[in-house]
Amino acid sequence: MKNPITGLNKVFDNRIRLGVMSILMVNEQVNFNDLKQMLEVTDGNLATHLVNLEDNGYIKIHKGFIGRKTNTTYAVTKAGEKAFTDHIAALENMIKGVK
Amino acid sequence: MSEQNQHGHSTTSSRGAETLQEISDIKRIMERSSRFISLSGLSGIAAGVCALVGAYVANNILKDYYVELNRGAASTYEDFTVLKIKLVILAIVILLAALILAFVFTWRRARQNHLPFWDLTARKLLWNVLLPLIAGGLFVLAMLQYDEWHFVAPACLVFYGLALVNGSKYTLSDVRYLGYSEIILGLISTQFIHAGLYFWAIGFGVLHIIYGTIMWWKYERVNSQ
Repeated sequence: MKNPITGLNKVFDNRIRLGVMSILMVNEQVNFNDLKQMLEVTDGNLATHLVNLEDNGYIKIHKGFIGRKTNTTYAVTKAGEKAFTDHIAALENMIKGVK
Repeated sequence: MSEQNQHGHSTTSSRGAETLQEISDIKRIMERSSRFISLSGLSGIAAGVCALVGAYVANNILKDYYVELNRGAASTYEDFTVLKIKLVILAIVILLAALILAFVFTWRRARQNHLPFWDLTARKLLWNVLLPLIAGGLFVLAMLQYDEWHFVAPACLVFYGLALVNGSKYTLSDVRYLGYSEIILGLISTQFIHAGLYFWAIGFGVLHIIYGTIMWWKYERVNSQ
């Protein structure tokens, strides 16, 4: 998953996946509609990337209810947190390297 | 956002620029998704003006009451009840006016910046401010119920300050310092119990106008020029 040269995480190459992770790093739990609103993406597009992140074990999904309506919330996992901070560290190293 | 996929063959220096861009995007999303940044300084100024008008009217109502009292007219329990009701109604009217104006200016700012007004951060901010505020409101009403009016102003200030500190995690950090100021002012006012209305006017009027102006100066001045 990691690029051996730069240490960048391939999963976060995509701007929507990176956006989801950025939001979940600073918010304990966020539901689908709030993610959609903040990232300005379509349902299908967001859903695909969420599945991808879940398959990688970076986020966990909690299906709950508000009244009768389903309310699916997303949270970052320990592995996701580590992958994200590693990715940021790699980005920072790259900048240092360039300078 | 980073478009490194589309520009796989870019030079090293533009790769660095993209990386910087990526980091600043991450920071921006984190900031925007965790804090309600549309809060307008004008909202604070408007609320402060409302409070000063309210304090002025309340002062007149109280003066009239004491003039009557000093004229030797026996103060009945009814008179005092009427006074209390007048002041509570005044407080509610002022609160509503301040909330509506605060809402309008903040809504306007969100629209100007093309940001959603009602989003995750707005809900978090509202909930975290409302919880101590409602508790404080009920507490003050209970004090009035037992004719304990001495601590109304200190309690208003302290609970409001706590509400602001609590909510400041979800909005501009200046709000936290306004909260600290209100708490300190509220505690000081416990030692000047007969000057409650003046402390109330300073806390809800003057401090709001000062912080509102600071926030407007810091974040909005450039946009409106």
